[in-house]
Amino acid sequence: MAVVFKKTKGLTDAQTHYCPGCTHGIVHRLVGEVLEELGVLDKAIGVAPVGCSVLAYKYFNCDMHEAAHGRAPAVATGIKRVRPDNFVFTYQGDGDLASIGTAEIVHAAHRGEKISTIFINNAIYGMTGGQMAPTTLVGQKATTAPNGRDEAHCGKPIKMSELLATIDGAKFVERVTVTTPANVRKAKKAIKECFKLQLEGKGFGIVEVLSTCPTNWGYTPQEALKWLEENMIPYYPLGNFRKPEEVE
Amino acid sequence: MAKAKVRGKVTFQEDICKGCGLCVSACPVNIISLDNEKINAKGYHPATIEDMDECIGCASCATMCPDVVITVERL
Ligand SMILES: Cc1ncc(C[n+]2csc(CCOP(=O)(O)OP(=O)(O)O)c2C)c(N)n1
Ligand code: SF4
Ligand code: SF4
Ligand code: SF4
Ligand SMILES: [Mg+2]
Repeated sequence: MAVVFKKTKGLTDAQTHYCPGCTHGIVHRLVGEVLEELGVLDKAIGVAPVGCSVLAYKYFNCDMHEAAHGRAPAVATGIKRVRPDNFVFTYQGDGDLASIGTAEIVHAAHRGEKISTIFINNAIYGMTGGQMAPTTLVGQKATTAPNGRDEAHCGKPIKMSELLATIDGAKFVERVTVTTPANVRKAKKAIKECFKLQLEGKGFGIVEVLSTCPTNWGYTPQEALKWLEENMIPYYPLGNFRKPEEVE
Repeated sequence: MAKAKVRGKVTFQEDICKGCGLCVSACPVNIISLDNEKINAKGYHPATIEDMDECIGCASCATMCPDVVITVERL
C-alpha cells in the first residue's frame, strides 16, 4: 500500500480558523508543499498580512513575520536585504495588496526585490465583513455596495497581474485558481516556478490566486467555486503574464 | 468484479473536518458524503465513505480539501 497523499511538513498542526470551504486553506497547503519540496523550510521566512490570513504565521511551518496592512512587501524587502540567503515570501489578500498596499507591491516589483508574493484575490474584504475591494466585480454586491459595484461611481476592478506585468523588475507573474483538482495542480506548478525564480536570484515573482469567500459572497463552498468560474475568470483571465525568458 | 482498476483507500481525520463538501463534489466516483447522523468536535457533519471498494485512489478529494483532513493510499 502506497501513500499517494498526506499532509505536508510545510504546515503546522494548528487547525485553521478559516470558514468551511474557504480556498485560503487550499493555497496554504500548496505553499507548504512547495516549500517542503524545494527543501527551503529551514530558510524560509514568510510575511503574513492583515486580512483573513492574518494568522498565517501560525499555519506555515517556517519562520514568519507579521506586517501592518498592505506593508508585507516592504517588510519582506527589509528581511531579504539583510538576509539575502533566506527565502522570503509574502502572503496577501486583495484588500491588503490591491488597496492599502498598492504602493508597496508596485515598488517592490519595480525595485526587482528578490521576494515572492502569493496574492489571494477573492474580490472582497473578507475579514472585516464583506466590504467592496478594488477587485470587486462590477455588479457584485458587498456590504458597502448593497446594489452591486457601480462602474460609474467606482470604476472597473483593478487587474493587478496585468499591471505588475508592465514592470521590468517583475520577472514572474501568473494568475491561477483552485476551483478543480486540475486547477489546483496548475496553481501549485506556478507557485513552484515562482519560488524557484527567487532561489535562482532572478528577481520579483507573484502568483495571483482567484479564490473564494463563501461566507461574504453568501454562497455554499461549491456555489462559490461555480460563481468564481462563471464571473471572475472571464474578467481575470488565467495564465502567465511574465516569465524570465520573455523578460530577457 | 474484474480486478483491472486501481484501488484506493481514504482516511479522514474526522475531528478536524469542517463539513464543507468540497471533497464530495470532487470525487469522480461519487462515494463521499457528509454524515448527517454524526456531529464532530468542531460541530460539523464530517465527510465519510461507505463504499471504500469503489475508491480509485485518485486523491481528487484530498487535492480540494482546504483543511488537509484526508490521507490517500493506493492498494
Ligand atoms: C491600517 C488598517 N486599515 C484598515 C484595517 C481593517 N482591515 C482589516 S482586514 C481588511 C481587509 C482585508 O481584506 P483582504 O486583504 O482582501 O483579505 P481577505 O480577508 O479577503 O482574505 C481591512 C480593511 C486594518 N486592520 N488596518
Ligand atoms: S470570511 Fe471569507 S476569506 Fe475569510 S475565512 Fe471566511 S470564507 Fe475565507
Ligand atoms: S481518492 Fe478519488 S475516488 Fe477515492 S474518495 Fe478520493 S476522490 Fe473519490
Ligand atoms: S473537503 Fe475536507 S473539510 Fe471539506 S468536507 Fe471534505 S474532508 Fe471535510
Ligand atoms: Mg480579499
